[in-house]
Amino acid sequence: MLIAWYLLTTATQVIAPTRFPAPREVWEALRQIGLSGYADARLHGHILHSVQLVLMGFAVAVATGVPLGLAMGWSRRVEALVNPGFLLIRPIPPLAWIPLAIVWLGLGDAAKVLVIWFAAFVPSVINSYAGVRSIEPHVIEAARTLGVKGWMLVREVLVPGAAPMIFTGLRLSLQACWTTLVAGELIGAAAGLGRVLSQGALDIFPAMILVGMVGVALAGGLMTWALGRLELRAMPWRR
Amino acid sequence: MNLNLKVLSATGLVGFFAIWWLVAVSGLVQPQFLPTPLTVVFQFIDLLQKPFVGFTLQQHLASSLGRFGMGFGLAVAIGVPLGLLMGWFRTLDAIVSPLFDALRFVAPIAWVPFAALWFGTGIGGPVLIIFSGAFPPCVINAYRGAKFVEPRLIEAARMLGGSNLRIVTEVLFPSAIPSIVAGLRISAGLGWQSLIGAELIVASSGIGYLMVKGQSNISTAIVMSGMIAIGIVGVVIDVLLRALQARIERHRQ
Repeated sequence: MLIAWYLLTTATQVIAPTRFPAPREVWEALRQIGLSGYADARLHGHILHSVQLVLMGFAVAVATGVPLGLAMGWSRRVEALVNPGFLLIRPIPPLAWIPLAIVWLGLGDAAKVLVIWFAAFVPSVINSYAGVRSIEPHVIEAARTLGVKGWMLVREVLVPGAAPMIFTGLRLSLQACWTTLVAGELIGAAAGLGRVLSQGALDIFPAMILVGMVGVALAGGLMTWALGRLELRAMPWRR
Repeated sequence: MNLNLKVLSATGLVGFFAIWWLVAVSGLVQPQFLPTPLTVVFQFIDLLQKPFVGFTLQQHLASSLGRFGMGFGLAVAIGVPLGLLMGWFRTLDAIVSPLFDALRFVAPIAWVPFAALWFGTGIGGPVLIIFSGAFPPCVINAYRGAKFVEPRLIEAARMLGGSNLRIVTEVLFPSAIPSIVAGLRISAGLGWQSLIGAELIVASSGIGYLMVKGQSNISTAIVMSGMIAIGIVGVVIDVLLRALQARIERHRQ
C-alpha cells in the first residue's frame, strides 16, 4: 500500500499533486500543523477541541437518554406518553438538525453540543428501552419477591440487566456523535478537526486534508476503544 | 393496548404540539426562530408549489434521490461482491481487511473536502460521500454472510466438483442473502444521512441545500420543512427495504 502510494504520487506522478498528496508533503503538513499550527491552532489543540465537544454532548445525551429509556422500558404509561413524540423526531437524521441548531444558536460551540446531544440521545433512549424489555420477567419477579423495590430495583436489577444493550447504544451513539461533529465543524467552526478539513479545502492543500482525515479516524477510533475499556470495567461479568 | 394507554398516547402527542404552539405564540421566541406547527405545514405546502432557490421541494428531493440512488447503487454493486469474495478467498481478505478497517474509521463526512476536490460539487462529490457512508455495511454483512455459511454445504459443493467461482455465486451468495439484505438496510440509512451531510456542505441543489439556504435566510419554517421531508423519505426507504427483507424471508421458508 505505502509503496504503491509512493510510486503513484512521487516516482511516476500518475496522480497529480493537486489531487492527492505525496508522502513527503503529508509529512511536511503534519510538521507544520504539529509545530507551528494551522487554522489558528496546533494539531493537539484541534483534536482536543473536537473531542471535548463530543464528550460534552455525549455525556448530556447519556444523562438524559438512558433514564428516559429505562423509564419507558419500565412503565407502559411513560412509554405511551413519550413514544408518539419520540417516533416523530426519530426518523430525522442528526445531521439534519445542524441547520436548525445554527439558526437557533449560531456557529459557536453551543450549536454543536446541541446537535451532538441529539445525535446520541435517540440511540441512548432506544437501546436502554430495549435493554429493560430484554430482562426476563421472572428475574424482576424474583427480585420483587425478595422485597427489592424502588431505587434499589433500578440500581440492582434494571441497570445491570439492560447494561449490555445500553453499551451497544452508547457505541452507536458515539460514532454518530463524531460524524455529526465533523459535519458541524465543516459547516463552520473556529477550531477543531473539521475546521482543519474545511480550511485545507479552501486553500486546496490536499496534504493537510489528509492529515485532518487521519486525525478524525484516530480520534474516533481512540474514543471507541476507550468506551470498550469502560464497558469491560462496568460489566466485569461479561469478560 | 388498552384505552387508558391510548389516552396517554394521545395526550403525549397533543401535548408535544401544544407546548410547541404555546411557546411559539407566547412571544418568548421570535416567530422566525420558532414558527407555529401550522406555519411549518403551510410552508411545506408552499415549497411544494413555489420554487425556492431555483427548484420546488419535489425537484430538490428528486435530485437528492438521484444522487442517493447512484451512491447507494455503486456501494451495493462493489461492496457486496467484495465482501463475498473476502469471505471466500483468504488472501484477498488478508490484503483488503487492514486497508478497509483503517478507512472505516474515517467518518464519511470527512471525505467532503476530497470529494469536492476530485469530483466537484455537482453530482460526483455528493455521490462519493454517500458511497463512503453506504459501502462498509455492504462489505461487512456480505463478508459475515459468506463466513457463516454452513461448512457442510461448501464441502458438498466441492465434492460435486464446483469451481471456486461457482461456489461463490451458487452457494455463498444465496445463503448470505439474509445477512446482505440486513446490511442493505443499515447501508441505506447511513447513505441517506451522509447525503444530507454532503448536501449541507457541497451541493447546489437537493434537500440539504434547501435547508442551508433556509438557514441563511433565517427561516426556521423552511429548515423544518426540509427536516420533515428528509424524515419521510428516510422512513419510506426503510419500509421498502424491510418489505424486501420480509419477502426474502418468506421465500426461503
